[in-house]
Amino acid sequence: MSASETPLLDELLKGPWPSFVKEMKEMADTKPMVRDVLRQLEKSYVDKKTHWKHGGIVGVKGYGGGIIGRYSDSPDEFPGAAHFHTVRVNQPAGWFYSSQALRDLCDIFEKYGSGLTNMHGSTGDIILLGTTTDELEPIFSALTEKGWDLGGSGSALRTPSCCVGPARCEWAMFDCLDVCHELTHFYQDEIHRPGFPYKFKIKVSGCPNDCVSSIARADFSIIGTWKDQIQINQEEMRKYVEEGANPLTSAVLLCPTRAIEWDGKEITIDNENCVRCMQCINAFPRALKPGKERGATILLGAKAPIVQGALFSSVLIPFMEIEPPYEEVRDLLERIWDVWDDHGENKERIGELVERMGKGEFLDQIGVEPDVQMVFHPRENPYVFYDEYYEET
Amino acid sequence: MSLEVNGVDIDLDEDGYLVDRNQWNEDIALALAKTEDVEMSEKHWEIVNFLRKYYEEYQIAPMVKILAKEVAKLNNIDKRESSKMLYNLFPSGPAKQACKIAGLPKPTGCV
Repeated sequence: MSASETPLLDELLKGPWPSFVKEMKEMADTKPMVRDVLRQLEKSYVDKKTHWKHGGIVGVKGYGGGIIGRYSDSPDEFPGAAHFHTVRVNQPAGWFYSSQALRDLCDIFEKYGSGLTNMHGSTGDIILLGTTTDELEPIFSALTEKGWDLGGSGSALRTPSCCVGPARCEWAMFDCLDVCHELTHFYQDEIHRPGFPYKFKIKVSGCPNDCVSSIARADFSIIGTWKDQIQINQEEMRKYVEEGANPLTSAVLLCPTRAIEWDGKEITIDNENCVRCMQCINAFPRALKPGKERGATILLGAKAPIVQGALFSSVLIPFMEIEPPYEEVRDLLERIWDVWDDHGENKERIGELVERMGKGEFLDQIGVEPDVQMVFHPRENPYVFYDEYYEET
Repeated sequence: MSLEVNGVDIDLDEDGYLVDRNQWNEDIALALAKTEDVEMSEKHWEIVNFLRKYYEEYQIAPMVKILAKEVAKLNNIDKRESSKMLYNLFPSGPAKQACKIAGLPKPTGCV
């Protein structure tokens, strides 16, 4: 593709950072579709407006979602960009692939689409960027033949995602990969057949480090935690100090609740005041380990700002043991969906419904007893009013 | 895009939805159903008519959950079964296909 066609885009090729322009120009010679998308983007830079139309309804038989229609508003000028639909595909739990699986995906998309991928979208899906309506059924058949299935879009359950968990990380409090895998398979209907008031995301983090940002991005956040005491190995702690580490600056002064102390010889932890922030454990992994009674905290309601402002998830179930086949998790999910189904308004996320309805009423509806630990973040007053409160006032 | 029905050319948008909703009649519905490979049965018409009635009243297509509840009520089945039934009748999804056949505006914002 000649440089002169896109002088503004070419500015992005300068400087130390990689640019999508470089990758796309490499493909533009073999894929006219990619060339036209770049030319259209150049025009957008000149006109200072997008030349994609808003939305579009396309899909494959039996599925109400998974493909997002994208059309150019200038198909005569950019025929290659006339259709540029996005295909979402369920990612494997923790994004672990064999190289063969990646090759299969790339081969399929070079054959039936632009060949451009986004690994991964912010929900976690494998994203195949740019194909035409005619290629949707063929691409879908090719994907399912290799064992893949479409991801969620629209007012549906979105493909659940999780951190790398026990496969790569010592802090996983439970097998978050298995939870994610099982929930994804169990709820394929909810992913493929939009029937909710709005989108619903599930993200599973193995420990409070929350590497998938479940607390900020998932309507239903499952985050690993422990009930008992942090395991301490004083010998290893002293070794850290001999190696030059400073427990005061790396742990004691950074502890949000001042629950940890170092007297020069020994670490002591006030476990009742520990809020599971992971700071000290991350700093001294050989000396400090999470407790032995492990499970997860379930939090509800995070979302980005669209209809209303952004929300973080807040505690719904302070502690749940997470054991296969995860019936307790599914049972809770389905009770939440039922209440949302009955009371949710169009495009109202679950977190917004809880705010509108009030936590107390919501808990009553899903049949969960209020608990003082149901807070936005540790060290906060609960926002559930107990019956005793009303009696007193 | 356009579609010829009884000798008249009907304008469709790029997704095959009616451009002018007022043109809708049962023959056009049948022709639109054909573009979607849907063979209209009594059950299909029940849903299409419900959608039209709802749209007339509220000037908006119902949420899928409202449609699913109506289907559950009409057929005396539960919510999960009614979702299955909707997709059996309209394999590309009730929001997409049933609304198209009923001549309702295209559902928006699917990202």
